[in-house]
Amino acid sequence: MNNEMKIEFSALAENEAFARAAAAAFFMPLDPTIEELTEIKTAVSEAVSNSIIHGYGRLPQKQEENTEYMVELTCQSFSNGKVMITVTDHGIGIENVEQAMEPLFTTGDGEERSGMGFTVMESFMDRLKVTSEQGKGTTVTMTKYLDIVSGL
Amino acid sequence: MEAVFQISEDILIACVKGEIDHHNAAPLRNSIDESMKAFGCSRLILDFSGVEMMDSSGIGVVLGRYKKLRKNGGTLCISGCSEHIERVLDMAGVFSLIRMADDIENAICILQGQEQMRMEV
Repeated sequence: MNNEMKIEFSALAENEAFARAAAAAFFMPLDPTIEELTEIKTAVSEAVSNSIIHGYGRLPQKQEENTEYMVELTCQSFSNGKVMITVTDHGIGIENVEQAMEPLFTTGDGEERSGMGFTVMESFMDRLKVTSEQGKGTTVTMTKYLDIVSGL
Repeated sequence: MEAVFQISEDILIACVKGEIDHHNAAPLRNSIDESMKAFGCSRLILDFSGVEMMDSSGIGVVLGRYKKLRKNGGTLCISGCSEHIERVLDMAGVFSLIRMADDIENAICILQGQEQMRMEV
């Protein structure tokens, strides 16, 4: 591994923009294309939104705001252009990961959810791994290989 | 994220700018719905030419507006999609339901054309 960063932030929807901007800023020195950067930002946005909406969303709020629930974002880069992004929450977990990853599957709470979050992550990244334990939380690990030929 | 609205005849044109995510999908959705209601429009153009990034929340916004409009006999057209936005919307099969135009002028033509076809029938 060449470089790594880890941040932790409150599980608030307004932090979705912060999380994807932080990931994009971290990978910027690798000279990714605009498309690659947009793909990474979109995938991070999906994973972090899932943690906030599904991981913590149905838990009772702590104090006034749910500021004590935290989402962790880890970004790693490797010399061969490989990047790894991990998003972890300690929320309710996913009962059936396979079903949750099906395109168009949604828990359907009438909020115009598309059920496409995992599908978007899968298509914008090269590899997607989801591990979850009920009552413990969920970790999403995404890997992508950047086209680094132009930078050499 | 912000949306700038224009009106052309009874067509509401919503030019969306910035990034669309779960956090700002709700205010975007509300501002479009409120403008549709305020101007009494039954036709809508969602112009994405100013959108830099959109995650799957955008699919919800598009399909939500489509369902709402269809219920009231209205129509919707999308314009100005970058390759990225087209990819996200296409994943959910949005283009099997909703027409896409290169730009706003084109979208107006499509919506007016649909109206004309309906009148001829």
